[in-house]
Amino acid sequence: MTDSPPTWPADIHAALKALGVRHVPCVPDAGHARLIELCRNDDEMRVVPLTTEEEGVAMLAGSWLGGRRGVLLMQSSGIGNCVNMFSTVRVGRYPLLTLIAMRGQWGEANPWQMPMGRNAAAILELSGFQVLGLDDAGMAAETVSAGGRTAFEANEMVAVLVSQRLIGSKAFAPTEDG
Amino acid sequence: MRDPNRANRYPLRRRQVVEHLVTDMDDLLVVAGLGAPTWDATAAGDRDLTCPLWGAMGGTAMIGLGLALARPDRRVLVVTGDGDMLMGLGSLATVALQRPANLSVVVLDNERYGETGMQATHTAGPTDLAAVAHACGFEQAATLHDEEELDRATPAILEGEGPLFFAVKVRAEAPPLVLPPRDGAHLKDRFRMALIGTE
Ligand SMILES: Cc1ncc(C[n+]2csc(CCOP(=O)(O)OP(=O)(O)O)c2C)c(N)n1
Repeated sequence: MTDSPPTWPADIHAALKALGVRHVPCVPDAGHARLIELCRNDDEMRVVPLTTEEEGVAMLAGSWLGGRRGVLLMQSSGIGNCVNMFSTVRVGRYPLLTLIAMRGQWGEANPWQMPMGRNAAAILELSGFQVLGLDDAGMAAETVSAGGRTAFEANEMVAVLVSQRLIGSKAFAPTEDG
Repeated sequence: MRDPNRANRYPLRRRQVVEHLVTDMDDLLVVAGLGAPTWDATAAGDRDLTCPLWGAMGGTAMIGLGLALARPDRRVLVVTGDGDMLMGLGSLATVALQRPANLSVVVLDNERYGETGMQATHTAGPTDLAAVAHACGFEQAATLHDEEELDRATPAILEGEGPLFFAVKVRAEAPPLVLPPRDGAHLKDRFRMALIGTE
């Protein structure tokens, strides 16, 4: 194995571009860092830093009213900040595509991440989302393209959960420190 | 001492303010915040290019931002309440960072949660929304208290270089309900049909 960076963020970026995604509201997560950078460096995309994730849900409804497609990037904790705003999307049958960097899963070392991580898919499903898991780097482009098609063409809410196994779990301390 | 009932005597009336801004502005894209601002916008005309909200509390300015970034060629007017704006204060920072030149945010500040029984909001206390907007990075942010100030600000609201923010102090009152259609999908589809010719 070499240490060359993974290509799945670039695959996702290419898939988003092919879908015609232009607006990229986000609250950063380390798991999305490379993708955010790729979107920032793309002249056709506009990254919009948010103060809280629900802003992105509302913003993308406005983008759609104006004829633009977007994607909301967040980490799993952010789902909890969005729940009421999801009602607007659902009742209005607005498309919504969100890519969620998962925490509270594979090798999680921060107990504060566990509750939202565990509940992420259930909350999304209760809110009306089709939830697509992404565990395999080789499936990144395909999953995002399929999700995007359903969101933008069937006017659905689609969440792609990018697995912590794919992203890698965050280390907080060297093991010898306890 | 701050008089908690001062808003009962404010000269500007919410219905007139909205009518004044929207009437004959056929190209204006309007996003109206839940509750009374949505009734006010509907009283000024049930128009396709208004997106009246029946919910989404705290999200009105952000819907306006998405629309403004999607359509930089069109003026976008957000008309909302102080309660809605207070729930989404962070969005003022988000909007200011994007600097949408075509976006105006007008808060009908009655210092009350009107729809839920006229409870006092934070603006009946110490909070100054225009100062918040200014501190978030809106270069033009002001509070308007009477007809003369509103008239003077109107060209900026409708044509000035945004993002612009105005807190318009309006009387605490509950004019008769004038309801838009309730179906969010219908409201969205008719807006898009009128603006871009497709659902
Ligand atoms: C998330 C959420 N919390 C509370 C409510 C209840 N609610 C509906 S309208 C409203 C008050 C809105 O006040 P404001 O924006 O100031 O409008 P006004 O009617 O005073 O013009 C509230 C609290 C809601 N609809 N959604």
